[in-house]
Amino acid sequence: MAFVITGTCVADYSCVEVCPSNCIHPGPEEPGFEQAEQLYIDPHECIDCDACLEVCPVDAIFPADDIPAQWQHYTQVNADYFRSDGHD
Amino acid sequence: MIDSRPFRVAIVGAGPAGMYAARHLLEPPAGTYLDGRLVNLATCPVEVDVLERLPTPWGLIRGGVAPDHPEKKAITRVFDEVVRRPGFRFFGNVEVGRDVLPQELSAWYDAVIYAVGAAGDTHMGIEGEDLPGCYSAREFVAWYNGHPDHSDLDIDLSVERAVVIGNGNVAMDVARILTTPIDVLERTDIADYALAALRASRVREVIVLGRRGHLHGAFNNPELEELGELPGVDIVVEGEDLPGDGEVVLDDADAATLRKVDTLRRYAHRPIVGHPRRIVLRFLTSPVELLGHDRVEGLLASRNHLEHDPATGRLRARPTGEEAVIDAGLVLRAIGYFGTPIAGLPFDDHKGVIPSADGRVLDHGTPVPGTYVTGWVKRGPNGIIGTNKKCARDTVRSFWADAHAGRLPRADTVDAPTVREIVKQRQPALVEYDGWKAIDHHERQSGQVLGRPRIKLTNTTDLVAQARCHQ
Ligand SMILES: Cc1cc2nc3c(=O)[nH]c(=O)nc-3n(C[C@H](O)[C@H](O)[C@H](O)COP(=O)(O)OP(=O)(O)OC[C@H]3O[C@@H](n4cnc5c(N)ncnc54)[C@H](O)[C@@H]3O)c2cc1C
Ligand SMILES: NC(=O)c1ccc[n+]([C@@H]2O[C@H](COP(=O)([O-])OP(=O)(O)OC[C@H]3O[C@@H](n4cnc5c(N)ncnc54)[C@H](OP(=O)(O)O)[C@@H]3O)[C@@H](O)[C@H]2O)c1
Ligand code: SF4
Ligand code: SF4
Repeated sequence: MAFVITGTCVADYSCVEVCPSNCIHPGPEEPGFEQAEQLYIDPHECIDCDACLEVCPVDAIFPADDIPAQWQHYTQVNADYFRSDGHD
Repeated sequence: MIDSRPFRVAIVGAGPAGMYAARHLLEPPAGTYLDGRLVNLATCPVEVDVLERLPTPWGLIRGGVAPDHPEKKAITRVFDEVVRRPGFRFFGNVEVGRDVLPQELSAWYDAVIYAVGAAGDTHMGIEGEDLPGCYSAREFVAWYNGHPDHSDLDIDLSVERAVVIGNGNVAMDVARILTTPIDVLERTDIADYALAALRASRVREVIVLGRRGHLHGAFNNPELEELGELPGVDIVVEGEDLPGDGEVVLDDADAATLRKVDTLRRYAHRPIVGHPRRIVLRFLTSPVELLGHDRVEGLLASRNHLEHDPATGRLRARPTGEEAVIDAGLVLRAIGYFGTPIAGLPFDDHKGVIPSADGRVLDHGTPVPGTYVTGWVKRGPNGIIGTNKKCARDTVRSFWADAHAGRLPRADTVDAPTVREIVKQRQPALVEYDGWKAIDHHERQSGQVLGRPRIKLTNTTDLVAQARCHQ
């Protein structure tokens, strides 16, 4: 199912710090972090553990099956980030 | 060798960068995230005093982030948690450079971290820029957010058309605030006088000028998509330069850029309903001159084409020679903030930053012992809230490296009670954290009755009075 980061994200990488499967990118040491408008969850790597959602200070993270209407398209937005050139 | 007393550090500025620096200095037990894991950087106790020129903390979270984005302001819960850690003090209403001087701070503390942001503007450098009716978006934003420096601006909204120059997120914020239905703004913490002015506003059209093309917007996707959701607002994208559906736009365009172009294309194809208000996104256009006698009446704008700039490797805008006049009674320049110098500290006039390497302030290339920077005054006016967390972390790493190497000037350091006494003498209207909590409580309570998150106090006298009244 995977978790999804929505447009409220302020890129403070609290979620990266706790994610057990290293599936949130770009992390602070990765290229593109300074330019990223938000961070993204790799739907193929996420193990649905809930840890990121617990720590996000701005409540930007949702399980894919429970995303508010405003952010429905973000399941695709997160997936697309990992499809574009330079990221895998 | 490190002697046994705690390190004493002053942080100047209580915006995100300053507060993240405090958070890293007063490190949580889990440690600091570095190279993919949590490590403990803080090896000795630290005491942190944050000096802030306003009676209120949080910098641009209070004075910049748009009032209709309350969800982002929730980040202050992270800062509130830092405040509760032992060793933290807030000295509000204390301006460094006025009430206390940088050289004094350097003497009183083992180290000083400057996190003062950017208090000025990038200028267009064109004729008429100083006419009344032309403001920087920084001033306009500070006005609607109730920043005490700008709460008395007399913004005239009796005009039909406003022009916003620039294509960043700030441009999106001001275009949106100018067109958002009043009943939406009535549920936010926008300053009361701004709400009244916007209620009476006659602005019907906001033209946003981007000097480059559709592919080069500096705005983020959510901000662009939000425009399309505004009730009662038509979005007009002048689309003759837009690539067609499915057309490859750039070999190396990332997903975020492609998504923006898709959104713009969608807007360009959307029928114009004839709503009471509209936002026009016009690309490849630069202002050449602002027109008007006693105040702005319009601007002369040039059509641009793009050419490769070998110096920067990016595409830059160049005038085609085709010019046209746009009538407008309000012009907002959203082309970037710019740092301002603090007397007694080095400053780079070209970049608007305090020069530094790895967060260490440089004077003619040489590190100034125990003196650091973080945030916009270190990197320039770019980046979102979280960018400042990494930035502050890296500065704090340099602090610890210097502390361990014995490079901090520790001899004259003054203890915590003595510093507070001096600061209180210099600024009898000192606002400490309790004082801010009293302001916060009062603002929230007055908002509650009206279904608003808070009603801001917008001048220093009222803020200080409120801070005192609960002491
Ligand atoms: C209009 C606007 C909207 C934004 N919206 C968002 C958003 O929605 N999401 C997002 O992630 N990012 C947003 N940002 C970006 C974000 O606000 C910045 O990245 C961040 O605030 C920079 O932090 P800073 O601490 O360097 O500067 P600031 O936030 O400007 O803090 C600097 C602090 O230093 C104080 N200070 C200055 N001089 C002195 C002095 N001499 N003595 C004592 N104190 C002093 C100032 O009063 C201020 O409190 C926005 C920026 C702007 C301009
Ligand atoms: N919601 C949010 O997350 C949010 C909200 C507000 C601000 N912020 C952040 O705060 C930072 C500052 O935002 P910003 O909008 O002030 O700056 P910005 O993102 O740097 O955008 C500046 C814009 O002004 C243009 N510009 C610069 N000089 C110009 C000139 N002389 N004439 C015409 N146009 C000119 C730039 O065009 P070129 O590209 O051609 O240079 C660019 O479009 C950004 O990092 C932003 O993301 C975030
Ligand atoms: S749910 Fe767990 S695995 Fe998935 S992104 Fe969040 S922290 Fe990582
Ligand atoms: S914790 Fe939340 S705000 Fe921070 S980077 Fe993760 S999703 Fe974004």
